[in-house]
Amino acid sequence: MKRAGPLQMRAFTVTLLAVALGCGPAEAHLDATGMGPVYDGLMHFLTSPEDLVPALALALLAGLRGAPYGRRAMFTLPAAWLLGSLFGFSAATASGGALGASFWFLLLGGLVVADAKLSLRSMTALGALLGLAHGYLNGTGMGLSVASVAAALGLAAAVFVLVVLVAALVVRLRAQWARIAVRVGGSWIAASGLLMLGWSIRGV
Amino acid sequence: MKKSPMHRLILTVALLAAVWTESALGHALQGEADGFLKGLLHPLFGADHVLAMVAVGLWGAQLGAPAILVLPVAFPLVMAMGGIFGLLGVPIPGVEYGIAASAIVLGAAVAFEVRPALVIAALVVGCFAIFHGHAHGTELPPGQSALLYSMGFVIATGCLHAVGIGIGTVHRRSWGRRLLRGAGTVVAAGGVFFLWKAIA
Repeated sequence: MKRAGPLQMRAFTVTLLAVALGCGPAEAHLDATGMGPVYDGLMHFLTSPEDLVPALALALLAGLRGAPYGRRAMFTLPAAWLLGSLFGFSAATASGGALGASFWFLLLGGLVVADAKLSLRSMTALGALLGLAHGYLNGTGMGLSVASVAAALGLAAAVFVLVVLVAALVVRLRAQWARIAVRVGGSWIAASGLLMLGWSIRGV
Repeated sequence: MKKSPMHRLILTVALLAAVWTESALGHALQGEADGFLKGLLHPLFGADHVLAMVAVGLWGAQLGAPAILVLPVAFPLVMAMGGIFGLLGVPIPGVEYGIAASAIVLGAAVAFEVRPALVIAALVVGCFAIFHGHAHGTELPPGQSALLYSMGFVIATGCLHAVGIGIGTVHRRSWGRRLLRGAGTVVAAGGVFFLWKAIA
């Protein structure tokens, strides 16, 4: 194979660099809170319904199934979220985020409505998949840096707190009407997922 | 170690692949809270919507379990289907008539204490939910967050059902049953008014 000469190599490198520098700005995910990346990550989760609602639905589902499920979800989901974010750092862009989120809205909302009798293993798998998928989308475009890792930790901490509080609240519910209310809440999540699917198809 | 030109080429391409980013247009917060509020208020500012949705709760409470769970679950899910038709521009003829008719039929069901099989009750509620969803789906204000607007009107709908169920709990008392039937009559009369308005 004929090797490229030094001049050709330089020309090729300069051309590629020029193309790379011409890329659009990465209008990154996080809204600055002014309190550092940990809080930026935390606030990002709390102000992003695409992330918050599926995590809430998983916590409701775990709470309906009982304390062991709640305990499993409260560690699996944040850990997977953090891992997914770390994987996402190396990815520049992600596509299908809205479609993916509507899938999770529909699946988890539907499971809450049905009060699905999932095994502990299925709950773990569900939490891990949700965390990896959403964490990956969160990490995308952030780039690997100390601040990004801190933001991912903030995100995971917010997920942990939400799952702990919601699952614990639902586990304690004994009245029939209260459990019905939780299941009706699942139908709201599923309905929002359906509408989100419609918006994604329309391209809003 | 001296690197060969091919080695340098691979390194350069790998470096460029790593730094190659497109715009991640995510999570702009402008208009999101506004979109949620618009969605939340949309059903509340339409008296025809309010009447029908409260009537779903009243009927669910009157029918008792499991209808008290099934009807408020069926309505938002089918309404979302109607919403998809609306936002995709699939026309459904006579949406305003359908919404008014929903208040008449559901109000009459409460007024006459109609007790059909659960599937029939869910089908009746579901059919009318399509019209309500279509109306919401066609009316996303420009510049609003679609998801938050959707969540707003789904939550408002659910809260109206909850109001109906709350009022419907008086059904356990004898005076409450009469009161509930009276409320059903008021809803049906309201539906007749809105149907007349839609036709006129």
